[in-house]
Amino acid sequence: MAPTPGLQIMQRSYLWQDGTVRSWLLTTDHKRIALLYMASITAFFVLGSFGAALIRLHLISPTGAILSDETYSRMFTMHGIVMVWLFLVPSIPVTLGNFLVPLMLGAKDLAFPRLNLISWYLFIMAGALVVYGLFRGGLETGWTFYTPLSTDYTQGRVLPVVAGVFLSGFSSIATGVNFIISIHQLRAPGLTWYRLPLMLWALYATSVIFVLATPVLSITLLLLAFEHFFHVGVFDPALGGDPLLFQHLFWFYSHPAVYIMILPGMGVVSEVVSTFCHKPVFGYRFVAWSSISIAAIGFLVWGHHMFVAGTSLYAAVVFSMLSFLVSVPSAIKVFNWLGTMHGGAIRLDAPMLYAMGFIGLFTVGGLTGLFLASLASDVHLTQTYFVVAHFHYIMVGGMVSAYFAGLHYWWPKITGRMYPEMWGRTAAALLFFGFNLTFFPQFILGYEGMPRRYATYPAQFQVLNVLSSAGASILALAYILPLIYFTWALFRGARATDNPWQATGLEWRISSPPPVENFITPPVVTHEAYDYAALDHPDAAPRAEAPHV
Amino acid sequence: MSEHLAPYDSPQHRDETAIAGMWLFLASEILLFGGLFLIFVVYSHTRAAGWALGVRHTSLTIGGINTALLLTSSMVYTLGVEAARNENARGTILAGLGAAGLGVTFLCLKGWEWHTELDEHLFPGPGFALGGLQAGGAQLFYSFYFLSTALHGLHMLVGIGLIAWVCLRVYRGRGASLRVLPVEVVGLYWSFVDLVWVLLFPVLYLIGRV
Amino acid sequence: MNWLPEASAHASRVDILLAGLLLISLAVLGLVFGLMMLNIIRFRVGSRVPVSAETVAHKSWRFEIGWTATTLAVFFALFVWAARLYVLGFQPPPGAIQIYVTGKQWMWKVQYPGGQREINALHVPLGRPVQLLLTSEDVIHDFSIPVLRIKHDVLPGRYQSLWFIATQAGAFRFYCTQFCGIGHSRMTGTLIVLTPTDYANWLGRTPASGSLATKGEALFIHNGCSGCHVSQPYAPDADDTSRAPSMVGLYGSEITGADGQHIRVDNAFLHDAILHIGPAHGQAAGYATRMPSYRGVLGEEDLAALIAYLQTLSPSRSSGMGVSAVSARKGN
Repeated sequence: MAPTPGLQIMQRSYLWQDGTVRSWLLTTDHKRIALLYMASITAFFVLGSFGAALIRLHLISPTGAILSDETYSRMFTMHGIVMVWLFLVPSIPVTLGNFLVPLMLGAKDLAFPRLNLISWYLFIMAGALVVYGLFRGGLETGWTFYTPLSTDYTQGRVLPVVAGVFLSGFSSIATGVNFIISIHQLRAPGLTWYRLPLMLWALYATSVIFVLATPVLSITLLLLAFEHFFHVGVFDPALGGDPLLFQHLFWFYSHPAVYIMILPGMGVVSEVVSTFCHKPVFGYRFVAWSSISIAAIGFLVWGHHMFVAGTSLYAAVVFSMLSFLVSVPSAIKVFNWLGTMHGGAIRLDAPMLYAMGFIGLFTVGGLTGLFLASLASDVHLTQTYFVVAHFHYIMVGGMVSAYFAGLHYWWPKITGRMYPEMWGRTAAALLFFGFNLTFFPQFILGYEGMPRRYATYPAQFQVLNVLSSAGASILALAYILPLIYFTWALFRGARATDNPWQATGLEWRISSPPPVENFITPPVVTHEAYDYAALDHPDAAPRAEAPHV
Repeated sequence: MSEHLAPYDSPQHRDETAIAGMWLFLASEILLFGGLFLIFVVYSHTRAAGWALGVRHTSLTIGGINTALLLTSSMVYTLGVEAARNENARGTILAGLGAAGLGVTFLCLKGWEWHTELDEHLFPGPGFALGGLQAGGAQLFYSFYFLSTALHGLHMLVGIGLIAWVCLRVYRGRGASLRVLPVEVVGLYWSFVDLVWVLLFPVLYLIGRV
Repeated sequence: MNWLPEASAHASRVDILLAGLLLISLAVLGLVFGLMMLNIIRFRVGSRVPVSAETVAHKSWRFEIGWTATTLAVFFALFVWAARLYVLGFQPPPGAIQIYVTGKQWMWKVQYPGGQREINALHVPLGRPVQLLLTSEDVIHDFSIPVLRIKHDVLPGRYQSLWFIATQAGAFRFYCTQFCGIGHSRMTGTLIVLTPTDYANWLGRTPASGSLATKGEALFIHNGCSGCHVSQPYAPDADDTSRAPSMVGLYGSEITGADGQHIRVDNAFLHDAILHIGPAHGQAAGYATRMPSYRGVLGEEDLAALIAYLQTLSPSRSSGMGVSAVSARKGN
């Protein structure tokens, strides 16, 4: 039987051309590395979610249902560290980013393909160290490692965990360097900066944070490890050292890290909203530059984590003002997405449902951020469940929704197969509903004063906690569903065409899945990004003027 | 050869990209040491007396010699880069070995300095030698001292390794045309390691001495 | 479940701020979800509503500047509102009752000026300003009283201040809200607000081994402080201040530091000076003897007592002085 054209594409694609384990583990193909990363972060996501499930189960009862105080502390520390450094920070950049940056640029690979592979190995080693530390002994400091608790007062396995996080930082830096240099150096002829897809602007901004903020975390962790190991060091209050200095250094990384998590999500949403409205992104340049300004101002707001920590009044006032300022570009993006929808031809496929979920949940997260940027209300709400709910709205409601939006959107390109659409929509709706049920009650809990990281709590908080735990079980279902149908679709899904969504962008001009060398003939870009007129009427001459600001 | 060019248009494009990548990596490194320098800025102000006491106990002689060694090493390496540009493989290897040798001497001196300091109980902890009122500040200084010199020493080791690798590469490739790029990229890194020391030297040995 | 009570005027003001934030948030949320729904209904592929040409063509920069400017203005107003309330926390009123609170894994130790002590409970009178002086013996804790809408981190080796005037009698919870180890969630206690008469009765009923200042006086003599520092009538010769500065009238005064800047002597300064840390440690200059560090000799509870005693030596200035009051006053 002669192979069909579809089968031929499959066989020539990066996915199936050489199927040996060796060829996967030694690959420098950015598409394969993206898949290696995808498998790894999925594993870490499952691990982190398992911790979350135990936490929510435990909190059904005010006296704690299943865990000891010690195990509970270790569990939320594990959940935080695994989710932040082994899932959220890498997530979109290393999977979708790795896969798409060269494709969107019209390049054959990233600028430094071998560095890309090294970054994955660093990441795996980092993950192994963290998991070793957390499961052989455990750690109870929270993911924030505040001194002197983490240096002198914990019995936990600080060193392997800190070493793991330290290594994962180098993996991030490698990815950041790779993306920035690729975007500078490897753009296809005609692909000017203002013709770049907004995803690339977002990833560029993210990479800047990777490169400039991560080393500060590295040095902070080094100082922490030194102090923990020798029981003397620069944060030691017994020597007159200042434990607040640790917090300054830690948040100098960890606040921008929040933007590492959310900016790529914003990039994905810009792509998805434009495609499923079949309309250029409203205010392209404003959206592009808002990514850059979020990254820039994001470096100047770390102090808002320390309004009650004992910093000076003046620092608090300045950081509060800057924190309000950093939310302006985010608001610009939300309004521009809504503007994009206006007058478009909207299709409500699963990626669009996820993207709309992102816009809604991110808006809630952003607005509750104002409660925490405001000084007097922050004093009441900080370090309670209000904060927990706030950052989960950004990171889970926002970031994870965007990640799923991107996965569904590019799944046909990545695998050459369609996912089952009805299941996709069901999972998107479940995610939105389950997420709100889990985390909205936590806003009220926080206002009522329930502190975070409590293994037991006063009985008056039980009703809301049970609601939250019930929501978590629905949320779990919304995570398990895609895991099942994506696996199914990988082998049994309907064959995808090259451009199933009628999207613009270079990645949709090549076969699904892409051939090993990406572009058989090097592409030349003659249109703005999101030029649907050129897509719908390929014969018409490109318009002389840019269709948007 | 063409498949080795994979994502690049031309060898020149590839070299440009590699140089840009190195610069970006060094920007990242600056922030790494930047966090360390913040420690210095804060404590040399808030714990000035104890900090200065620590500075006075460092060995200015060894520090001075080491600074001279490292500056010379950078200069020698730059000569090597020039030699490589002139396709002079022998000159490149000699300069590389010279620079690496000076680097090793630096590390030996540094190791000796550490050894004497450990003997004098200058490592912070119980039994710290500098007692009295300012013991806390002096211990903060020595925490900073050991950590920053260790981190810099680690960078030195990496740099020496890279130089050795470059020399080996040039040696193996005798006869064929010499690729300047690796020599240049390693040169950037070596200069950076030098620069960090030039900033560390006054902080560890001079400021607060008098 | 009962709604969280407002046990002070500040709590009510914070609640009004929160209500304002909530209203603005609901308005924005309504706008975002409303527009999203409207767009879907009108522009969904296959919807029956005809799209007129002018709804699609629009100039974008006017919208951009419009919503950017509006967002900025609203944010700035919120910022000023919230910051003004926050500043109050740095300005304790004169005449506040000073209560020392020490955090320790995993309990709160409370010391009253009269020498009464208790654990995980805090008694305060209704309608009188109270200033808490917070410190920790080990890791960082955080003292949070939700009904008063205030909290502050509690750091080892230094004083932090919180003040309030309770306006509602009753028993309320306070919490440790900075993760401090596995016993974190057990580190809670009860704030008991009593009417002034009940409070006086409670103080009278509670056993105290002499007032805090009396205990401090004993420590002052026992640890040899009185050997160098003048503190009438115990100093051998009351006028000799060559060896060490006099403690009489020192608290609340302003002295010149080693590098020429003016430092106000408050609780935090004295605490640090006795332990030889922070900006206070350079003070020994100009006297015949150098003061040894009392780190490891005096615990946080002893320090609280000593400072309470030193306050009695400057009666005119002895209350309403907090740690943070100093920095606020410098700025105003």
